[in-house]
Formats: sequence, C-alpha cells, structure tokens
Amino acid sequence: MTALAKVSGASFRLRRPGRAALLVGGILTAVLVGVALLSLVWTPEDPARMRILQKLKGPLVSGLLGTDHLGRDVASMLMRGAFNSLTTAFAAVGLGAVLGTLAGVAAAARAGFDAVLMRICDALFALPPILSAIMLGALLGPGALTAIVAIGVFMIPVFARVTRGAAMQIWARDYIMAARMAGKGTARITLEHVLPNIAGQVIVQVTIQLAMAILTEAGLSFLGLGLPPPAPTWGRMLAESQTYMLQAPHLALAPGLAIAAAVLGLNLLGDGLAARLDPRRRQAS
Amino acid sequence: MVLLTRSSRSRRRVLRDALLAGAVLAALALPGLAGGAEAAPRTDLVVGMPVEPPGLDPTSAAPTVIGQVVWQNVFQGLTRIDRDGKVQPQLAKSWTVSPDGLTYTFALQPGVKFHNGEPFTAETAKFALDAIRAPGSVNPQKALYAVIADVKAPDPQTLVLTLSKSSGNLLFWLGQPAAVMVEPKSRDGLKSNPVGTGPFRFASWRKGDRVELTRNPDYWDAARKVHLDKVTFRFIGDPQAAAAALRAGDVDAFPLLPAPELYAAFQKDKAFTAEPGLTEMKVVAGMNNAAKPFSDKRVRQALMMAVDRKLLIEGAYSGYGAAIGSHYTPNDPGYKDLTGVYPYDPKKAKALLAEAGYAKGLTFNFKSPQMAYATRTAEILQAMFSEVGVTMNIVPTEFPAKWVQEVMRDRAFDMTVIAHAEPMDIAIYANDPYYFGYKNPAFNDVVAKAAASTDEAARLKLYGEAQEILAEDVPALFLFVLPKLSVWRAKLTGFWKNEPVPSNDLTEVRWTE
Repeated sequence: MTALAKVSGASFRLRRPGRAALLVGGILTAVLVGVALLSLVWTPEDPARMRILQKLKGPLVSGLLGTDHLGRDVASMLMRGAFNSLTTAFAAVGLGAVLGTLAGVAAAARAGFDAVLMRICDALFALPPILSAIMLGALLGPGALTAIVAIGVFMIPVFARVTRGAAMQIWARDYIMAARMAGKGTARITLEHVLPNIAGQVIVQVTIQLAMAILTEAGLSFLGLGLPPPAPTWGRMLAESQTYMLQAPHLALAPGLAIAAAVLGLNLLGDGLAARLDPRRRQAS
Repeated sequence: MVLLTRSSRSRRRVLRDALLAGAVLAALALPGLAGGAEAAPRTDLVVGMPVEPPGLDPTSAAPTVIGQVVWQNVFQGLTRIDRDGKVQPQLAKSWTVSPDGLTYTFALQPGVKFHNGEPFTAETAKFALDAIRAPGSVNPQKALYAVIADVKAPDPQTLVLTLSKSSGNLLFWLGQPAAVMVEPKSRDGLKSNPVGTGPFRFASWRKGDRVELTRNPDYWDAARKVHLDKVTFRFIGDPQAAAAALRAGDVDAFPLLPAPELYAAFQKDKAFTAEPGLTEMKVVAGMNNAAKPFSDKRVRQALMMAVDRKLLIEGAYSGYGAAIGSHYTPNDPGYKDLTGVYPYDPKKAKALLAEAGYAKGLTFNFKSPQMAYATRTAEILQAMFSEVGVTMNIVPTEFPAKWVQEVMRDRAFDMTVIAHAEPMDIAIYANDPYYFGYKNPAFNDVVAKAAASTDEAARLKLYGEAQEILAEDVPALFLFVLPKLSVWRAKLTGFWKNEPVPSNDLTEVRWTE
C-alpha cells in the first residue's frame, strides 16, 4: 500500500489502476453483500435441509452447485455462508476499528498514553493471530462470539497504529493551533478536527481488514472454532470437502472460490478507496 | 559420459536407447528380485494405522490402539479371542472349571519363553494376574478381573484361580489385551519396550512415525507357523495420505481406513482386498438420564423414533456399518436385532413428545467430539430432530480431555455421541455412577445374573433380556456399529475381516506369492 501510494501520484496513468480496482472491487463486494442479504429472504433450498439419498450430486445435476456429503444444496449453503462470514467479519472489524481508533487518537493526543498503548500494540502484534484465536477458542469454547472476539482483538493494534500516525499528522497542522487558541480542549479538537480528517484512512483500513477477517473466520471455521452447525460457513464447507476432493471436487471449489473472490473484492475496493480517500495520495495527484 | 561424447551421433543414440532399455528392464525386474529369485513370497509387511498409541503396554492404559499394535503380535494371554470372537486356549493349553464355577484350574504351555529369555511359568502368570488386581493397579479393565479372589501356582505348569462369585465370561475377559501375560523383570519398561511371548519381538519405535517388530525365532507355538519376518506399523492420521500410501505401495494394509468415503475406490480396485466387516465400536448418543428432559423415558423413546438409522449410516459413514437397537453388535454371541423396537416413525415421535409435555418442542445441547463420524452424526441428528420440532444445539467438545471431563466426570451434558469400543460391555449401563445416569434395578439384576451364570445358554438368554430392557428404556440412542473398513493388497491373506476384539493379529498373515 505504501509503495503504491508513493508512486501513484507520480504519473497520471497510475491512477487508472486505482479506478479499475475500485470498479472491480466494488462490483465483487456489492455481489457479496447482495448475495448475503438475499440469503436472508431467499435461497434455492433450506441450507440446512439434508437429502442424504441425494448426496454428492454434481453441479447442475441437483441445484446450481450440486449437493454435499449430506445432500444439502451447496449453492444455498454458499449464500447463507456469505451472510455468516460477512456478519462475523463486520462485527470483528467493528470491534477492532472502534477500540483501535479510540486508542490511536488518544495516543496521538497524549504522549503519556502513547508510550503505554503502543507497547501494548507491539505485544499484540507479536502474537500470531490464528494461533491466538485458536487459543481463545479453546478457552471460551467455539462459537460466533469467540470468532468475533478472537479476530477483533487482533485488529485493535492495526487500527491503533494507522489512526495514531494519521492523527499525529493532523495535530501538527496550523488549524489545530488555531483551534487551540480559540480555547478548544483536547477532546473537542479530536472530535471536531482530528476524527473527520482521518475518517478516510479508517474506512480504507476497514475494507482491507474485512478481507483479513473473512480469511481468518474461514480459517477458524475450518478448524471447527467458528459458528456451530447447522449454520453453514465457508470454512467448514471447505473442511468437510477435504476427503471428497477426488469424488466431488465442486465441494471444495465452491467455498474456495467464494473466499478468494470475497477477499480479492474487498482488497481491490480497499486499494481503490485508498487512492481516493487517503489525503497523502489525493494531494500528490 | 566421456565415451559418449567421443562416439558418433547415431552410436550415441543406440547406446542411449540400450541404456534406457536396460534401465527399464532393471526397473521391471527389481520388484521380482526383491521378492527372491524363485519368486518366494515376501516376508515383510507394512501395516498402516490412523492413530499412534501413546505407549505399548495394554495392561496400563486404555486406548484400543495399543492392543492394535501389540496384542497377539507381541503379547499373549492365558486364552485368546479368535477372529470369530470365540475363546481359544493360548498360554493355558487347557482348563477345568469346578461345578460351582468358583475354581478354574489351568494347565499351562510348557517351554514358553519371554522375548528376554525369561521362562513363562505358573509363577509368572500369578505375577501378571496379581499385578492387574493390585490396589494401585492402573489396568484399564481392572473391574473385569475383580471377581478373581485368589491366584495360586501349585506347580510350574498349573495355575488355580479362585473366584469370589461365578463369572460366565471370565475366559473371554482373560483373552483380552488388558490381561496379557507379562513378567517381573521387564514389566516397568513395557510402555516403551514391550516384552511378551508372542510371534514377534519389539524392535524399535520412531515416535510419530512407526513401530517395528521382528519375528521371534524362539516362538513356542509350532502349530501356528508364522510367515512374516518383519512387521512395520506406520501411523498416518490423514485419510487422504493413508489412501495415497496404500496406492503407492508404501503401506501394504490398512485394517481400519479412517475415511469411509475413500473406501469404495478400493473395493473396485483389483489390486486390493476390501471387504467391509464389523468392529465392536457401538456408536450411541448417550443422554443424561438423571436430568430433564431425558429423565422422562418417553422423550428418549420419541427421539429414538425420530432417527432413521439407515439414512444416518448413509450420511455419516457412507452406508457402511450396521444399525443396532441396543448396546450389542452382530459380532457378539447372543446378539438380538432390536432395531424394530423403536423404528423410524416421526409421527409417533411427535405424538409421544406431546404426551410428555413437549408439544411445543424441546431444546437441548449436544456435546460433539471432533471425530468425523461424531460430527457428521451430530449434524444429521440435528436435522432429523428438527423434523419433529426438537432443537438440538451442537457444542463442539474436544475429545478426549475436555469431553471426558465434561461428560464422563462432571456429567454436565444433555446428549452426546461416542463409539464404545470394548466388546460385550453392556454392563456399563449398570455402573453407578456412569455418564448416562441410567438407573434400572431390573436391568442391574439381569446383568448381574448373566455375569454370574456359567451355563452358556442361560447366560446368553439373560444377556438377550438385558438387550431388550435397554432397547425399551433407550438410555442412549442406539445408532450403529462402526464397520471395519479394511484394505490390504490382494496378494495378502490371513487378516481378520471382523474385529471382535480391537486388534491386528498378524500371526496368520502371509503373502501368497
């Protein structure tokens, strides 16, 4: 991202990939969100309904994407899985973004906070997220809340760092000085001047972290630490497809491609948004 | 190479072709050579297993995988269980039972030596049996041998057991992996260096990979000729890797293939023998009979009727395995097919639930261990119960540590599922306390009478009654018996098709060419 940011302003041509990214990323993400929302009101079949005698049917033989080892409709599971993935990811990133941003702006505003908060962040960064999530899962017991907390906690330092850096730049601006001279306190300046000015960067970060969260959620579900059945999740679909790889490759391909598309879409969207919302890049161009 | 660069192009080609042909011929001939010039059968064998045993002493720990490596191969007992589940003499060549069923006199095999050279005598047998019953003993099946009140060794070839009460199954229990004969000098090191009287000696154990056994040149039993010189047990947890190792020839046999969905391909392949048999592993969904809602027999019966066992087996185990209606397998003597007592009938199930006061439905938690058969069974039960208005929440629970703590020790559960591996263990429903929390004095009475009965016909009749009581009371949902999905090279013979005891007895295994 930073490397891209450095060169993107240098020539006019490099702005176009930003646009293409925004477009492709936007479409993929819109489809993802659309399918997720649609699954709440309509899926071709009940995703939990088993027709064991119809198991392991290929795509188009039974339903759009065939049936799994218990005769459930893969397309319906994939749709509801999108909703489950997205909600977990949103909740986790929401948790991380709110707490992380608060920590970040607080650190930028008070040097005393800064030293302590950033050392805590360093410590959190040192822990490998998936392993720590597995540990948390073992402690709290598997489930939606565990997945959200496990993923969210490790997003806090990411947001704290990004917002701290951005907020520090804002604090150095002249209009902050003006606001100070007008008698505004630290809290009010943070609220009225700092936060609005770093919102763009936070939004970009949210998009990129959503992709990370979807990937991590799939990983946790794969290991049996995500949402419990019957709620379909992409990770568990992938895990269950393992031993059927030769017999029914569509069982692994469907959730695998879905995860890849979702992560790609959100990453592209994030990159595209960065080109537009990140003030450093906006000013350079 | 030097020669080649000097020669002309065409000669080079000829030479290259000749070299290639030679290499191909050598490659073709090599397996034949390895098997011996006269095409003598191979004498080495690699057996694959999905789980590595934690130790190699079946008298000190419960996991059945221990016996699957060492029972009958390294260790032997006074009696043994054969491939049909029948009791055969082994280190005891014959025995007499007193009319009151309280005194067993065994005549022991003479001239038997342990792998470390120590002789097997009545004194050693007494030592082994006393060790099982000692106060600090950690023998996993200690309770089975508690009826033995006294062991005497009047002479080196005679062993006398005195029982506190008669026990019809004693000879069967003495043939189990937990009752194998061990001797004092090697006993403390058996976990890592097993020393027995069997046809194979322990050679080495590379942790995480393999256990190697070699033929015992001083094997006592001349009547059963052993054909293999070297046996390797390899531990391959991943089902895909297991299938690949079989195809590649890295493993010659996999007596318990962990993934049923991969089995059909081996059944079609002529290079392998793959005939599904049955194990002793009874998959039952145990309920907490001591607490609501499962303290009400009608709820348990209703849920039993909500389960379509045939469909469950199709989904959870690719259609392999046999449905059961009580805690007994078709392998066991005296088995009764009781799947018809509460057959699949969702309408009746709903009606019975309504009668029990759950007309509006019922919600409970299900602790599901992570094994594939268990998680699949859980998901299918969940779907089947939802058809009769019952909501079952699946709580994944790590097996063994967490599951044993929460279900077996704390009994903090509503329903769970597990495969009970021990043969003929119907008496566990009389244990108090036990995780089912099932209490039925009539059942306890029948089981106690059956255990004490030395008359075979009378005993089997009593065990039949015990099966019927359980089928009616449904303390656990009786689902199915896990199949023994064994695969071995078609040129091998002598493996067990069924598994009346969890084991891989290789005594009779050999290559036919």
